[in-house]
Amino acid sequence: MFALFRIPVFQLLLHNVQVTAASSPSQRKTILSTEHLTRLVEGRAIVNDISVEVHAAEVLAVVGPSGAGKSSFLRLLNRLDEPTSGTVFVDGSDYRQISPRDLRRRVGMVTQRPFLFPGTVADNLRFGPRQRGELLADSPVESVLSRVGLSGYASREITNLSGGEAQRVSLARALANSPEVLLMDEPTSALDESSKLEVESLIRDVIRDSHLTCVIVTHDFAQAARMAESALVLEVGRAVRNGPIHEVLHA
Amino acid sequence: MLKHLFTGQLQLGFAQAAAAAFLACLVILIARRRKIHLETETAIALVRGLAQIVAVGSILIVLLRGPRWTGGFLLAAMIVAAGATSAKRARGIPGSFKVSTYSIACGAGSVIAIMTWLGVIDTPITALIPVGSMLIANAMNTNGLALNRFRSEVLAHAGEIETALALGADPRQSVYPYVQSSFEASLIPAIDSLRSLGIVWIPGLMAGMLLSGARPVYAAIYQFVVLAMIFAASGLTSLVSTLLIRTHAFTPAEQLALKPGIQK
Repeated sequence: MFALFRIPVFQLLLHNVQVTAASSPSQRKTILSTEHLTRLVEGRAIVNDISVEVHAAEVLAVVGPSGAGKSSFLRLLNRLDEPTSGTVFVDGSDYRQISPRDLRRRVGMVTQRPFLFPGTVADNLRFGPRQRGELLADSPVESVLSRVGLSGYASREITNLSGGEAQRVSLARALANSPEVLLMDEPTSALDESSKLEVESLIRDVIRDSHLTCVIVTHDFAQAARMAESALVLEVGRAVRNGPIHEVLHA
Repeated sequence: MLKHLFTGQLQLGFAQAAAAAFLACLVILIARRRKIHLETETAIALVRGLAQIVAVGSILIVLLRGPRWTGGFLLAAMIVAAGATSAKRARGIPGSFKVSTYSIACGAGSVIAIMTWLGVIDTPITALIPVGSMLIANAMNTNGLALNRFRSEVLAHAGEIETALALGADPRQSVYPYVQSSFEASLIPAIDSLRSLGIVWIPGLMAGMLLSGARPVYAAIYQFVVLAMIFAASGLTSLVSTLLIRTHAFTPAEQLALKPGIQK
């Protein structure tokens, strides 16, 4: 029942954000923030004392060389891994006070590979809501699919999708959960050259149209510049620079 | 030939053991000529095997004269040993010993209890222990297979499992397909031995009953009874252990703990 209302309410909310979206990120409400976030693995700090804020409708790019801890940092944000010390605040509350399932519904994630579940495209989109006992009706499924440019794909088997299409389904699956924040881990780097740019511009459109708050991990500085307003540069687990994207990338 | 030389049963037994061990030593000698060195390992295994089985035989003498409850005690000890053995198949999953022991106790234990109560298994320790241990041993194998399969399925599908978690899934839901396939795979040996009964193999129990003079048809029917009990005990064990182990692959904060590269 609620599922029918979910999408329109979501769009209404976005509309409100849109009014303020023109202002600089720091003037907007903080949606996600980390405080001294640290994770040790076998005594080595792979994420080392990172404090950063992400504001409403802001896109933060996490950049740095491979092995800098970008993905490890991202996995702490929806608590797929446990911080050794420090914590994350989601909309003002310490995320250890939120149940992991609720947290992960609110902080969605798109990974490098799509990891689609066996079945149809619609089955995949319905997976998230079904975990809370909601059946996503056909019309919201179709409306999410149209946002990722896959209108009419609902009944397709996932085995018949191309790499780019599969990655769009994985984005749609995350969006079908109506997340407040979307985490993306190198969402285009496993794709071939042609679909890479296609999926990147699609993600950009989706973010812009729905004013999603996003944290995107990429090793590609040019991609970061195209997609994000601010950047966090990591080196061996530490934040070495953080601020508006152009200042950070040209520093 | 040995029967004419040795009149006492015990002497005969040792002579037969020596003959069998001689053949085993012959294999070692041949292997040695081909530069395969098995001497120490095989020698230890031979001595150890003989000592273990003679020790169990001696304990049986005591038990046969003792009260009936000692049989139950012995079976319980076997269940714990079986739990410890098959838990090793779930390396990296915490609590696998507890899960294994509990599952084998549920699976084999309940079948033994019900069948003894119905009179399908005789209560004298000489009948209870061999049949009971057969059920426990098979439950152990099935449990080991189930845990091993679950472990490798989880390791191979960490991405899918974490994707499900990231969409707000209950950990139990995220490993559901792998619990299913582990359960199915673990029962293949039990199903196949039922299916091929009498065609591919004539199991030891039936051979033993025939040797001790039982009527062949009854021995055959009872062999089926034993295999059906094995199937029930194995199935129940695997069902319980796969259901219990699912949550053990996760931390309290619902994070996948069993991941490639982080296994101990």
